[in-house]
Amino acid sequence: MREGDGVAGNEGTEATEDRWPGAGPLLLGVRHHGPGSARAVRAALEAARPRAVLIEGPPEADALIPLALDEGMRPPVALLAHAVDEPGRSAFWPLAAFSPEWVALRWAMEHDVPARFIDLPAAHTLAWQRDDEDAPADAGEPEPGPGPGPGPGEDLTGVEDSPEEGAGEPSGRRRTPARAGAPAGPQTPAGPQAPGGPGAPHDSDAPAGPGTSGASGARPGSEVRVDPLAVLAETAGYDDPERWWEDVVEHRGSGAADPFAPFLALEEAMEALREAYGSGGHGRDLVREAHMRLKVRAARREFGDGVAVVCGAWHVPALRRKATVAADRALLKGLPKIKADLTWVPWTHRRLSRASGYGAGIDSPGWYAHLFAAPDRPVERWLTKVAGLLREEDRIVSSAHVIEAVRLAETLAAMRGRPLPGLSETTDAVRAVMCDGSDVPQALVHDRLVVGDVLGEVPDTAPAVPLQRDLARLQRRLRLKPEAQVRELELDLRKETDAERGRLLHRLRLLGVGWGEPAASRSGTGTFRETWRLRWEPELSVRVAEAGVWGTTVLAAATARAESDAVGAQTLAEVTALAEHCLLAGLSDALPVVMRVLADRAALDADVGHLAQALPALVRSLRYGDVRGTDTGALAGVAAGLAERVFVGLPTACAALDADAAEEMRRHVDAVHTAVGLLGDTLTAGHGDLRPRWHTVLRTLAERDTAPGVIRGRAVRLLLDDGAMEQDRAARLMGLALSPGTPPSDAAAWIEGFVGGGGGGMLLVHDERLLGLLDAWLTGVPAEAFTDVLPLLRRTFSAYEPGVRRTLGELVRRGPGQDGGPAGAQAAGAPGFGPGLDEERADAVAPVLRLLLGLDEAKAIAAGTATDGGAEANGIAAGTADTGAGAQGAAVGGTVRDGRARAVA
Amino acid sequence: MSVSVEPTSVEPSQNHSAPANTGGAGSAGSGGSAPGTEAAQALRPHAEQAFAAELAALAAQDDRPRPARWKLSPWAVATYLLGGALPDGTVITPKYVGPRRIVEVAVTTLATDRALLLLGVPGTAKTWVSEHLAAAVSGDSTLLVQGTAGTPEEAIRYGWNYARLLAHGPSRDALVPSPVMRAMAQGMTARVEELTRIPADVQDTLITILSEKTLPIPELGEEVQAVRGFNLIATANDRDRGVNDLSSALRRRFNTVVLPLPETPEAEVDIVSRRVDQIGRSLDLPAAPDGIDEIRRVVTVFRELRDGVTTDGRTKLKSPSGTLSTAEAISVVTNGLALAAHFGDGVLRAGDVAAGILGAVVRDPAADRVVWQEYLETVVRERDGWKDFYRACREVTA
Repeated sequence: MREGDGVAGNEGTEATEDRWPGAGPLLLGVRHHGPGSARAVRAALEAARPRAVLIEGPPEADALIPLALDEGMRPPVALLAHAVDEPGRSAFWPLAAFSPEWVALRWAMEHDVPARFIDLPAAHTLAWQRDDEDAPADAGEPEPGPGPGPGPGEDLTGVEDSPEEGAGEPSGRRRTPARAGAPAGPQTPAGPQAPGGPGAPHDSDAPAGPGTSGASGARPGSEVRVDPLAVLAETAGYDDPERWWEDVVEHRGSGAADPFAPFLALEEAMEALREAYGSGGHGRDLVREAHMRLKVRAARREFGDGVAVVCGAWHVPALRRKATVAADRALLKGLPKIKADLTWVPWTHRRLSRASGYGAGIDSPGWYAHLFAAPDRPVERWLTKVAGLLREEDRIVSSAHVIEAVRLAETLAAMRGRPLPGLSETTDAVRAVMCDGSDVPQALVHDRLVVGDVLGEVPDTAPAVPLQRDLARLQRRLRLKPEAQVRELELDLRKETDAERGRLLHRLRLLGVGWGEPAASRSGTGTFRETWRLRWEPELSVRVAEAGVWGTTVLAAATARAESDAVGAQTLAEVTALAEHCLLAGLSDALPVVMRVLADRAALDADVGHLAQALPALVRSLRYGDVRGTDTGALAGVAAGLAERVFVGLPTACAALDADAAEEMRRHVDAVHTAVGLLGDTLTAGHGDLRPRWHTVLRTLAERDTAPGVIRGRAVRLLLDDGAMEQDRAARLMGLALSPGTPPSDAAAWIEGFVGGGGGGMLLVHDERLLGLLDAWLTGVPAEAFTDVLPLLRRTFSAYEPGVRRTLGELVRRGPGQDGGPAGAQAAGAPGFGPGLDEERADAVAPVLRLLLGLDEAKAIAAGTATDGGAEANGIAAGTADTGAGAQGAAVGGTVRDGRARAVA
Repeated sequence: MSVSVEPTSVEPSQNHSAPANTGGAGSAGSGGSAPGTEAAQALRPHAEQAFAAELAALAAQDDRPRPARWKLSPWAVATYLLGGALPDGTVITPKYVGPRRIVEVAVTTLATDRALLLLGVPGTAKTWVSEHLAAAVSGDSTLLVQGTAGTPEEAIRYGWNYARLLAHGPSRDALVPSPVMRAMAQGMTARVEELTRIPADVQDTLITILSEKTLPIPELGEEVQAVRGFNLIATANDRDRGVNDLSSALRRRFNTVVLPLPETPEAEVDIVSRRVDQIGRSLDLPAAPDGIDEIRRVVTVFRELRDGVTTDGRTKLKSPSGTLSTAEAISVVTNGLALAAHFGDGVLRAGDVAAGILGAVVRDPAADRVVWQEYLETVVRERDGWKDFYRACREVTA
């Protein structure tokens, strides 16, 4: 098969050295992130000793290659390409310690052999990304303008899902194959996690990452992308391509006699596949491959035949193929281009794994790293590691467990016909032997070992990350200079620039860059004002660099960070705080995730107090928040769900509370009441009106004897205020609560709940029946209990306005008997007022009223005689007379009632 | 020195008090193929009798290596349980519908010298799987110890025929071997049902058997050594309260396999309706015409509460304290059918199942009631076409 060197172009083939398998450059087809491939690449390079190593990757990164040998460089790391003018447009090529590309890079550095990247420049792939944004699929995949370009839509497939981070799971899984080929693809800007990008380069078929994938022009239209690995695996009778690859390549061990044999075999297979499928629907691959051919040709001109090429196995046949320089150039002509900048950024195993929504990632970076690093007996070593982890977590795992697990894994592998236990066998064995069949410790093993927490490092000398540039740009634009001294900044959020400054500072705070801290405002408390205390400390630069893993712009990074924080939050309160923070910071893209987490947390939180606390903030955001472009329907849905849960849980939660807890719960009840009121106005159709149901809950509370007095009283009061309860009924409930059998302290608490707070006094002033009940109860409290309830009552009544207190004092002094008493049948009179009109007093007020209202005499008199007018006048008269009455009451003293009234008031 | 113990003849015919969960959910065993004449008389034939034809066909075509005294290779045992077609066209019915991985791990465990512990909530076909495993591996599923709170040590080790003991003194003739002892002597698969219901001290009898593979008989100064091929399958219920948890010494002798509840709603609906149908027939309930929709609803409610998330995956829910197993769904529906038949119009309606569901969900009057009401208000109320169900549930809940 490898007859010609396609690459050779017009120059003839040079003499081949014996240790090279065939003529031309040494083409090492790999699977990106395959430990077996990595090992094979190392062996092949050792055996062949090439004069130059060419690697699939963006050539702009050539200057960054020496950094790979830097002491501060620790994989996993990623090459990050971003558009200079638009830091948000970026692509990643992640490299782990077990990536063949990384191995090749290190080998070249260590042996002083020049290394080059030969893939299509990032300038083009990023430009493709931009072009694609218009395409229906929002893929990050580059599409070649020229050439055999497939329609934009089609080859986007690989990438397509990556941007939607969450989606990761299912789609990622399906796409497994993709990862196989492509070198990392560039990923879309969405932020570190989201982007799927970087596909790791896997071997074979490149399609995966956007980056890599190149153009393939090929198949017309709707052609589906071919997954070469899947085809091969199916041919071999495997249903899972990953597993086939592992069995055939990754688990093969390194001992093979001929270091080149695996590459030859793989190349043959790929060649057969490409004959059958052409570019397999990966249109842009053709353009990329043309570029690679040109680069290889140039390298051969410089170094002779002794060059090794490390690339996705899928590309090998294309690089081997004969093609004229002119044809390749033609393919590359007219590619869109933007100015791109590259740097190394730290990466993590977690981000390599698909679980983080990295579409082209690998499932088990930890396992691969182990396979690559383990000198021998990988299964035994792995299970020992697992046992160590479980022991650290206080699970009893003995060596006997390890032995049994190894045996079970091996027997399982034999039964399933695999050459060596793979991850699935060891996982099954760990679950059955070490975890008692439970998935909980198993999940721990998966999280810590199979994926792993490895965090890469990049030396300080690496070029600045785009986040820094973005921040610098924003600082310039908003005229906010980083200064070391403390400075206070007053923002008027009604001004566009100030609002943007506020958002920037809030976003930075979310990212852990504490440049500004909110401070109490000195001038007023308007909601449109924000005061910040700014101070730029040198270590903030480091924080910014660290935050670079979250995204390439402040907005994207803050969004990604907020989403990740929401998912990781422990308590409901954290999530609500985060939701408000998102609103302040204007992160409308993060809100859906935060809201989803909020809804989930709320569903699982059994503490009504937490729910009740969360509700008001949420309703506020819903009503006042400038949730720009957010789906307020979702927000309302969450709020309504929260309210429903509060309704259901509240009656139960109000049982058996002590005084402090009851007081706190009363505040919750008030808060929920307000929130429900607001929500009722805002709620969209479909949720129905919450108020009737809230009233049902309140009624339940009001009549439930196990609920503390303060809550029962408050419930009655709220119902009364809403007009949802008859006055008679309220009076009956009050009578029950204050009946002689009730302990005085409970009754006092009831009173506090009922008439406490604003407006309670007026209620008593206007409804003499209630006042009468209260009065009767107070009079009946035994002397020894009176001193106990006094502080409570005093707290309740001292909150009233002085005028109200005076009126009450007056009413009490007058006593219930006068004017017919509380139960007096005054059909026409409003409750709390005398049965008839006191004409004399009314008349006395009339002139004043006339004066005040500017009415003519006739009308005023009419008003004065009308029942309503009379009542009003009466009220006013009482009010004016009160000054004296209060004093009088105090002066008279003497009687029990008056004394008490005074003490209370 | 080893003692060989005679097989069954002495024993009274095997006491197969069918455990509650026999043939429960998750099992897809539809009637066997051509039961033998002897089995035809039995109310419930053993697995090896009911599926004798399939086992024979598998054995005939199984050319893979078999562990000592196994009737089939591990691969064939897995096929027997999971179903499939043989090269000659014989169709093997699936005995267990569930993840292949689980069956593979279980069979592989039996091939090593570790014992197998099947865990799961009631109604996940633990007993069913253990019976079929034993039938396929050893051709005999009757070496069974039923665990109860009163299971004595003799049931696991050996007892004495006291008449003989008194007449002739201790001897092998006076010894009454337990099923476990016979399995050891013959290299067969023994089964222990409901292991965690057995008192802890009796459980620990198994430790020597499982680690030393020997059962000493101090009275005779002898021992029974397990022959190659011996292994033990235990089942246990991991949701019951008040069980005797295994000591870690014993636990460590077992590989544990947890049998899951049915994975998809469709599978569960299928299991429930099939089972309900069978039970209904045996109770002579008239067939309900439109029951399937109601069954689907019951299964949906059970699954959502059990999983703590709605089927559309959008809303999380609290889970109540009960197990809400498939077996309970079956009994809710059966109850509902009886209600509908005797007091209703003969059609299974929301009102007929509502009370049953409430009873299954609300085990703990305080916490579970909140869970249930939240579910009603936040999920059921807003679901299209569930109005009648919501109303019915509200009625019984209030």
